Amino acid sequence: MSLIRIILTRIGYGLVLLLAVLVLNFTLVSIAPGDIADSIAGDMGGADAEVIEEIRARYGLDKPFLTQLWRYMSGIFSFDLGFSYFFNTPVTELVLERLPATLLLVVSSQILAIVTGTWLGVMAARNPNGLLNTIVTFLSLFGFAAPVFWTGILLIITFVSVFPIFPVGGMRDVTVEGGFFIQALDVLYHLILPMVTLASIYLALYSRLARASMQEVLGADYVRTARAKGVPERTVLYKHALRNALGPVITVAGLQFASVISGAVVVEAVFSWPGLGTLALQSILARDTPTIMGILFFSSLVVIVFNILTDIALRLVDPRIKAG
Amino acid sequence: MSAPLLSVDDLVVDFSTRAGNARVLDHVSLEVTSGEVLGIVGESGCGKSMTALSIMGLVPNPPGKVTSGSIRLEGRELVGLSEAELCEVRGRDIGMIFQEPMSSLNPVFTVGEQIAESVRLHENASPKAAMARAVEMLRAVEIPEPELRAKAYPHQLSGGMRQRVMIAIALACRPRVLIADEPTTALDATVQAQIFDLLQDLQTETGTAIILITHDMGAIAELADRVAVMYAGRVVEKGTVETVLSNPQHPYTKGLITCVPHLEPEPPMLREPLPEIPGVVPALTDLGKGCAFAPRCLERIAQCDDSKPPLKATTGPHLTACWVAGQ
Repeated sequence: MSLIRIILTRIGYGLVLLLAVLVLNFTLVSIAPGDIADSIAGDMGGADAEVIEEIRARYGLDKPFLTQLWRYMSGIFSFDLGFSYFFNTPVTELVLERLPATLLLVVSSQILAIVTGTWLGVMAARNPNGLLNTIVTFLSLFGFAAPVFWTGILLIITFVSVFPIFPVGGMRDVTVEGGFFIQALDVLYHLILPMVTLASIYLALYSRLARASMQEVLGADYVRTARAKGVPERTVLYKHALRNALGPVITVAGLQFASVISGAVVVEAVFSWPGLGTLALQSILARDTPTIMGILFFSSLVVIVFNILTDIALRLVDPRIKAG
Repeated sequence: MSAPLLSVDDLVVDFSTRAGNARVLDHVSLEVTSGEVLGIVGESGCGKSMTALSIMGLVPNPPGKVTSGSIRLEGRELVGLSEAELCEVRGRDIGMIFQEPMSSLNPVFTVGEQIAESVRLHENASPKAAMARAVEMLRAVEIPEPELRAKAYPHQLSGGMRQRVMIAIALACRPRVLIADEPTTALDATVQAQIFDLLQDLQTETGTAIILITHDMGAIAELADRVAVMYAGRVVEKGTVETVLSNPQHPYTKGLITCVPHLEPEPPMLREPLPEIPGVVPALTDLGKGCAFAPRCLERIAQCDDSKPPLKATTGPHLTACWVAGQ
């Protein structure tokens, strides 16, 4: 089966999955006690039953469950995720405005974690008794044990208070003026601390994984064949061995994507990064259900897309993986 | 005998293990001349493969290291060469085939790429020229539809095909020495015969010297010109195939030869049971001062426990390391 056909099949599965996620989200939120009407009434300082009923009717909450579900689902197909009463903006607009910041944080921290983690793993596997091996062990213990918000606060104390090198939070400095390049540089400057914070857990994971995987591959017969051909050690490591060792790292990276997004929620809160995470936090506190569901929809979309990308990457790395 | 192409002299390789120092090669001396096939036989763990790895400069270090001795290729000393210099020798001057064709090829590259890689490395060939050579090599090792097979991945080929690819890799740069480390152990009998035929044909064509490591006495009889018998890291008998196989001097060699099964016409109940050499190869960490084979030897005398017998001439160029032999 050609790669294109596999990708199309995967996208098809992804769409079905997305639909299921939507129904499940909607059902869960409907079952939960209390609704927007209660929140609005609460904000108004209390309201009688008549007013609450009126609010319910305005948001269509008086209709039967299936009718509500149908309205919601048909809205999705025209990219209408409902209206946030709290932010007074359509949810789609709200989420799309915040999505790029989260994607930037999540993708950059994953790239950092995968590249650095794999490199550390390779170097550690090459010399099992070396210093770097001890560093990887220590780093992974630390990365697994330290909660991200704690790492984040620690980095803020170190690099903002003690050594004022980096900005404390946010995504850009309003006083910075200039063209696209200068603006981009400013965003990058703000990105460093949250990116490192979010990457820390995964760096630990990937470096251990890459080390174990590399150690196994370096003992393989084909590595000996490569050496017997006269391939220089660097090429043996990075071409012959690494490509075989990458499989587990890619698989786990794909599986971890959902947890990276939930990690981003915390990191965004610590660094006041204007992404989906801060939006999620605000809308949960405000019981703004349309926004919460909108965020869930987009984050599941992101997870599904990245799973498809993982699948494609695995196939590109290892020709033995066939259609299935 | 002309000047040896490759000579191994008094090679000593030690491995440091938890149980102490293991001398895996103990003063091994071998030589092979151009166009000759040297067979190395012996049980598992007697140092055959380690001899091959030492010649390639691939002794895993740590824990292993070449303690003393020399390996010369056309007079050039290989022991002590830098890693970069060794990389140039490997694949270009000395090629090697391993015993596990199923796992010796990299699963993520096409076989064509894997053959072309050494051509690119050693001959500075362009990718296109290297690939053309790869196809040519696949044809030389008698793989049907070589253009098509070059694009195949190892998992799409059978065991025999993969071993042919391994041979193609090893011979791609026309090395002067080919080391074949039990090239047919993992293959079934008909394929074994094909691979040996192929090796023989290629050898007559190219004049490459072959070091054939095996425990298949039949293959030795058929292919080799000279044979070295190894036991516990030492060469215990060495000579031409005819003299060693027809007139073995060392009790270990005699044992190995009687262990070869024959097709016998008698019905099964009348047959003699297949003889075996009692005991196992000793641990290399405590070999003691006597002959390593003494505990298993049927002809041992008192002297065998006291000192190691030197490798000395018994008849002509036929050398044996045994106190009893030739007396």
